[in-house]
Amino acid sequence: MNDAPQGVGVPLPRKEDERYMRGQGRYIADIKPNGVRDVAFVRSPLAHAYLRNIRIPSEIRHSVFIADDLEGVFAIRAVSALPGFKVSEQPILAINKVRYVGEIIAMCVADTRAEAEDLAAMIDVHYEELPANHDMLQTRTPDAALIHEEWSENVFLESFVDIGDIDAIAKRAAIKVEREYRTARQCMAPIEGRGVVAEWDTRLEQLVIHSATQMPHIVRSGLAECLNLDHGRIRVIAPDVGGGFGYKGILLAEEVALSWLTRRLGRPVRWIEDRREHLTANANCREHHYKITGYADKNGKLLGLEAEAHVDSGAYSAYPFSACLESAQVGSILPGPYDFEAFRCRTWSSCTNKAPILPYRGVARTGVCFALELVLDTIARKAGRYPHEIRLMSLPSPDAMPFDNITAKHFDSGDYPTCLKKAADAIDFAGIRERQKTSEADGRKIGVGFSIFCEQGAHGTTVYAGWGIPMVPGHEQCGARITPDGELELRIGAHSHGQGLETTLAQVAHEILGIDPGLVRLVHGDTGVTPYSTGTWGSRCMVMSGGAVATACEALGERAKRIGASLLQAEESDVRIEGGSVVAPNNAISLTDIAHVWYLKPQDLPSDVDPSGLEVTVGYKPQVDTGTFSYAAHAALVAVDKETGHVEIIDYVVVEDGGILVNPMIVDGQVYGGTIQGIGTALYEEMVFDDRGQPLASTFADYLLPGTAEAPDIRVFHMETPSPYTRFGQKGIGESGAIGPPAAIGNAVNDALREYGAEIHELPITPRRVLEALREAKL
Amino acid sequence: MKPAKFEYERPSTIDEATNLLGDEEKFNRVLAGGQSLGPMLNLRLAQPERLIDITNIPELKRAYRDGDYLTLGACVTHSHLEDGVAEGFANGMLESVANGISCRAVRNRGTVGGSIAHADPAADWPVALLALGAEVTIAGPDNQRQLSLANFLVAPFETALRSGELLSAVHIPALSNSAHWGYYKFCRKLGEFAETMAAVLLDPDRGISRAVIGATEARPTIIDMEFTNDTATTMIEENFPDADWYQRQLHSVALRRALNQIPQ
Repeated sequence: MNDAPQGVGVPLPRKEDERYMRGQGRYIADIKPNGVRDVAFVRSPLAHAYLRNIRIPSEIRHSVFIADDLEGVFAIRAVSALPGFKVSEQPILAINKVRYVGEIIAMCVADTRAEAEDLAAMIDVHYEELPANHDMLQTRTPDAALIHEEWSENVFLESFVDIGDIDAIAKRAAIKVEREYRTARQCMAPIEGRGVVAEWDTRLEQLVIHSATQMPHIVRSGLAECLNLDHGRIRVIAPDVGGGFGYKGILLAEEVALSWLTRRLGRPVRWIEDRREHLTANANCREHHYKITGYADKNGKLLGLEAEAHVDSGAYSAYPFSACLESAQVGSILPGPYDFEAFRCRTWSSCTNKAPILPYRGVARTGVCFALELVLDTIARKAGRYPHEIRLMSLPSPDAMPFDNITAKHFDSGDYPTCLKKAADAIDFAGIRERQKTSEADGRKIGVGFSIFCEQGAHGTTVYAGWGIPMVPGHEQCGARITPDGELELRIGAHSHGQGLETTLAQVAHEILGIDPGLVRLVHGDTGVTPYSTGTWGSRCMVMSGGAVATACEALGERAKRIGASLLQAEESDVRIEGGSVVAPNNAISLTDIAHVWYLKPQDLPSDVDPSGLEVTVGYKPQVDTGTFSYAAHAALVAVDKETGHVEIIDYVVVEDGGILVNPMIVDGQVYGGTIQGIGTALYEEMVFDDRGQPLASTFADYLLPGTAEAPDIRVFHMETPSPYTRFGQKGIGESGAIGPPAAIGNAVNDALREYGAEIHELPITPRRVLEALREAKL
Repeated sequence: MKPAKFEYERPSTIDEATNLLGDEEKFNRVLAGGQSLGPMLNLRLAQPERLIDITNIPELKRAYRDGDYLTLGACVTHSHLEDGVAEGFANGMLESVANGISCRAVRNRGTVGGSIAHADPAADWPVALLALGAEVTIAGPDNQRQLSLANFLVAPFETALRSGELLSAVHIPALSNSAHWGYYKFCRKLGEFAETMAAVLLDPDRGISRAVIGATEARPTIIDMEFTNDTATTMIEENFPDADWYQRQLHSVALRRALNQIPQ
């Protein structure tokens, strides 16, 4: 028995890294069933067009499938119960019309992908092009062509929030700041793209589909709907998955199409997404537009916010999150962590001729934080105050916790003012102001910026029931069993694809049972052998699956205690679980020995032994299920080259409160990775579309991601305010890093440009945009 | 995406290569390091019937001094130069430029000849070697000919190569003792294609005062005239009358920064 601490709070090295680091992971493209055939898709080259004719050479007609062939297959419908939401019908293969570049028109099957692409090249589609709606504002103009012709306008959902008397505040506010901000459309770019391998198991009469997904159970529900199959006839397996970030939280038309195709052909089929498909044809994220007004008193204290926000949701509502999630979120989370008097916000989820959007790490928060925090810095400049000073006037104090904000978000715990002060100290705000008084040797301008935000994680039933989308998280379950040789198997319905759950959940099991984490095996990503779960999204696994594992281990411990007490001839009330054993006052028996007797030598058990065995499945959810609120302050020091417009991050600080950290090393990794993705949003990533709706980046030469050379040394500091509602006080924190950087970096750039009267208003902050801002200021 | 079907040949002499290239029944493409052609094949932007891989021809991998010239075979890689195969020639310019190309993995494969024959105006070698006044040897099925690099590079992605011809070597004249060079490029991130780039060569003993601006809409621009930091901006304005303000500003910055690397 290893005596070193291995439970909650220990930076245990990741168990899964042994296989990942040695190239032994097994990903979707590694799965090649005998006789598998490859699929390539014919995708629309136009953003908006009627399909007039699809000509398929007769000699290949048997290898090509179009919408007319797909008998018994239903469109994807990602509904929302929010009033006024308009439902889109996303056909699996296009019918009559294409609504974005990349939409699937035909499916070609051959022995290799290259040959399938040869077939795709032989298909001649005749289009009647329609005017494309390439922009979320343009699509709402009266002469914009209707994308879904049965709708009255190109809007999925309009929402409105009006709390407090914003008109009165507008009259009395000494400072009024009105700005327009825009964030870019992004691609999430996990290292591994999507992929599907589908096979019909004739023995079980079951569809077996391997898919690079974050949510195998939700994919199963979606497939059941689209294929009109019982859930029991579908098994979805997510093998090792190379990153998700939200991109793999969707039911794909490709999943439905291949599920149909394998039955039709009687052969396994596969499709592995390539990077071009990822960039130009599949789901995007993040594109927001804000017209926002902040009102403050003469000292810069925030009084009220008024905003009109658009989210470019693309052509279809994606399953399960729907086209409502991101825009309606904007209306509820725009106030950020601040306490103020009045809030009015109208949002539109615009339907455009682009790929659907999905919630990306941080979801709507990244854009919201950018808009709000830039307004606050502008207020600070007007009030002649330091940026953190005016924020401290409006952040809820720790005494106010739990705190319900203006949109009734329930902040469970935390000390926001201290978090921001720590960030200001760590970046040495005072020292930077001093340094700014003299010019830099290299002629660049330096600037400092902050952002502070909260991240709601592990949203529960009460939150999602209100959205009325295809999934509502309930109790998260864990199946736990001790095997005959004393290993602990944990079965969860969520999926680990970078989160390190194989390690952290073993630490949780160790915390409860004292079992060596090396003896804990996590079984996940397979609907055939795991309990139902909505999957991995929304920074939920450590709270939900962590809580479920703890609860299951406790229940299993009770079972083991009863059997152990029988074997030790002790009273059940006299035994306890400790260090992986059942311990009585005078003797002890290990879980391994208990399992050995239970399974292999039942003759040694007393006749009145509890017959329930060493296997349990239990559910868990926090008593208050509105979610945990982790939060963080980011501080950036940048240098701006005013001749080239280049922005370099010189120093970057994150002060983060994720409650009790189950594995601090893994949390640091999450913060680093998220922050670098946020730097991508801030400085590099942008999928540009032309006015015909053509995506203009089809490789990573045109779609820039930050690399290691662009990643600064990120200095992370932790605070640990336990959540009062979760099993160990832990909070969801996985997405947090990606939220703060655009706002902190944007504010830092604007601080550097301050003396020229220049400001940037758009992401990413490219050299051209910086130079444009300087040019405009000079004019 | 996967490439369309193609045949593949890997000759071991220049003659074999030019004979294969001279077979006009086939639509041939020469493959050297494959750092540009590889992605183009995968994207099916290039669909040759046959690839002639020239990386197995020993002569094309040689780098040697020949009197006042350094000769680089077309398949000398960026890494070879970075690691000093021509150390000290051109006052270290070749090592420095090679070191700034993309990332090491690309430099290990990518070749000088490939970079020139691809003729991307945002690539490093066309700009650096134009500044150095390089010449090229072109091998054809029947004979070989020599051209200045300035005449070889016709337009973006277009060269003077005729059907059946192969760029076999680059010849770089030695600098005089009075020579200095400057080289500046600006990329949004390390190893990306440049937004702007400038090479400057001042070699008073040989009567050379030259600037080359890359990452241009057209072929890299050669400016052969005396200039100073103060006249650089005007020179850019005169040479790029149609470029937008952003390009002009960046070119001007690049030129001034390249010039600033030269001791005054």
